Amino acid sequence: MVATAITPEPASRPAVEIRVDGRAVTAHAGEPLLDALRRDGVHVPTLCHLAHLTPTGACRLCVVEVEGQRNLVPSCAFPVAAGMVVHTHSQRAQRARKTIVELLLADHPDDCLYCVRAGDCDLATLARELGVRERRYRGTAAAIEHHIDASSPALLRDPAKCILCGKCVRVCEEVQGVAAIDFIGRGCKTTVGTAFDQGLNVSTCISCGQCINVCPTGALREVSHLKLVTDALADPRRVAVVQHAPSISVTLAETLGLPADADAAGILNAALRRLGFTHVFDTSFAADLTIMEEASELVQRISRGGPLPMMTSCSPGWVAWVEQAVPDLLPHLSTCKSPQQMLGAVIKRVWAERNALLPEDVFSVSIMPCTAKKAEAARPEMAPDGVPDVDAVLTTRELLRLIKLRGLDITRLAPEPADSPYGERSSAGKLFGVTGGVAEAALRTAYRLVTGTELPLSELKELRGLDGVKELHVKVGDLALGVAVVNGLKNAGPLLDAVRAGRRPDLVFIEVMTCPGGCIAGGGQPLGADLDAVRARMRSLYAIDATSELRTSHDNAQVKALYEEVLGAPLGHESHRLLHTHYAPRAVDC
Amino acid sequence: MVVAHRSSDLDPIVARYPDRRREHLIPVLQEIQERDGYLSRDAMKAVARALELPVSKVYGVATFYNQFRFEPRGKVHCQVCRGTACHVKGSAQVLDTLERAIGVPAGHTTRDGLYSLEVVACMGACGLAPVVTINDEVHALVSPDGAKRLARVAAKKESHRHDA
Repeated sequence: MVATAITPEPASRPAVEIRVDGRAVTAHAGEPLLDALRRDGVHVPTLCHLAHLTPTGACRLCVVEVEGQRNLVPSCAFPVAAGMVVHTHSQRAQRARKTIVELLLADHPDDCLYCVRAGDCDLATLARELGVRERRYRGTAAAIEHHIDASSPALLRDPAKCILCGKCVRVCEEVQGVAAIDFIGRGCKTTVGTAFDQGLNVSTCISCGQCINVCPTGALREVSHLKLVTDALADPRRVAVVQHAPSISVTLAETLGLPADADAAGILNAALRRLGFTHVFDTSFAADLTIMEEASELVQRISRGGPLPMMTSCSPGWVAWVEQAVPDLLPHLSTCKSPQQMLGAVIKRVWAERNALLPEDVFSVSIMPCTAKKAEAARPEMAPDGVPDVDAVLTTRELLRLIKLRGLDITRLAPEPADSPYGERSSAGKLFGVTGGVAEAALRTAYRLVTGTELPLSELKELRGLDGVKELHVKVGDLALGVAVVNGLKNAGPLLDAVRAGRRPDLVFIEVMTCPGGCIAGGGQPLGADLDAVRARMRSLYAIDATSELRTSHDNAQVKALYEEVLGAPLGHESHRLLHTHYAPRAVDC
Repeated sequence: MVVAHRSSDLDPIVARYPDRRREHLIPVLQEIQERDGYLSRDAMKAVARALELPVSKVYGVATFYNQFRFEPRGKVHCQVCRGTACHVKGSAQVLDTLERAIGVPAGHTTRDGLYSLEVVACMGACGLAPVVTINDEVHALVSPDGAKRLARVAAKKESHRHDA
């Protein structure tokens, strides 16, 4: 049998018949054998496989027997050919897989009980499934001394637990376009690390956390703020206040097994109160506030002649990338803080004062789908007078751990509203959780600001979906506005090059979400989400928007009240003090 | 999305490869090491910029190959052959002794810049195993203590040369 190359275009693959474990199976010539097996319901384990990326065949766990091939072949990288006879679970294949896992374990630390991935470790699961019951191999004294890299404010790397599957390397380079890490060295001394093997903090890492989401072991994890939060909740001198991001209620609904269009925000509010937070606010409220400022900034930039296109600033990974890689584009970034930091500032500098509290009396926590939010909250300009606007950031995963830790059965909680005065939200603010959502929300309000009437389109379909770059040209009054949405940081490259070269004068607004899919697929979300899960989360947010009575940020009564009572008008003096920030080039080894 | 660089930043070696193809990476690194004796961080960053590659990738490729050094050579540069014949004739002990005597593991340079130690694969002088070179001078049939002595003598010669 001649192995043909894996052909890239599924459409061009003719249907052929192959035999799998004695049964006739229809597959496409040239597609990876693994894909055909999975479609047929045969589970061949993998540790290095990433859907939609070129296979590397690194882990060898997907090996199967193909008649006519002398050696076992990795099914992820082996193309289907007509008449192929495959044995997926022959004794030989099974034995090989088990040995591979045993050899991986030979060099793996034995601290599984204490590992952050205890209970959901891919390596441990495979060892259990393959029946590994003893340590038959023990790695000779490790060829290299491993050091935990705790230099990043957001991510922790523990190379001793790394099995060199390379998923983090590929996601960082091929999906995010950052390439902060790569393989270093060779053979048994290989490690994964940054350029010059330095700390993540001086690398090009933007803290997005996509590497964590694909890591099969505990080698990558977020810097945990759980202890900070539980200590603060137990401290009678601190008032514990919490905000939750737009996408959190959607992933919570998913973990609760609620229907796809359900909004678990009410249950989330109740759970957070049970955990001991005295006030529960909604970051979607701050997203509405962001839209008021950002849409006003856009209109101002258009009337004053630039700099255009204005680029969004709510995704902190993207902001870090602009600062380090394309600092010449910094004037294009909106000066608006992200919703997390806007609400953080309002809680500590406005709400605290109104409740006769000092900023340091308040412990402000945010629940975020994102690891980069931890880095954002740690930026010095987000801590006026040394008091941070946001004291701790919990990822969705950490929130779920906290709920377990406190023995809370959230399935039994009745929904409760968020607290006034920052608990009301429009569904435009809610859309911040999905790629295209910020642009859609901003257009709704910019249209109103310019024309005085509401945007007639109820849905901006061109801005929805998972394409890498989406564009929409609309007439707003006399203005023709070009809007682009970048879904996933790597897709920003060609567009930014075109902007820099002056080839896109039609664009006035560019939304960039660092993570493909947006916050619903952020680096702090529950592990193991595939593209179908991301699509379901996306549908949930759009369903929430479609059934919402309040769909525009400028109609949010609590936002209006905040302007009347405190801020004055968007872009006013108080807005600038509390809601806007500045950026600076960041020197890293890139 | 690589930041455009100014042509004045260009290393003359890098400048000779204007088409930015990634297959030039290893030849460029070899030429730079030939000239500088090692690959400095700045040199690797410049190569990355010029070939539009991430620095992590350049460093990853460079560390894959034994031929690249990341510290400048010492005044006394010792190479220990660890090919098969030399191994059979006891080059492991030679290396171990030299590492202890010099005080740095293979691949490194002492802090005072006097010694550097490097492991090489076969030098093609298997009949003379074990083989050590000191400042590119080949020494045959070297015992562990002999290697130590050779390094010390070379260091003394270096300091005399400086005094003179």
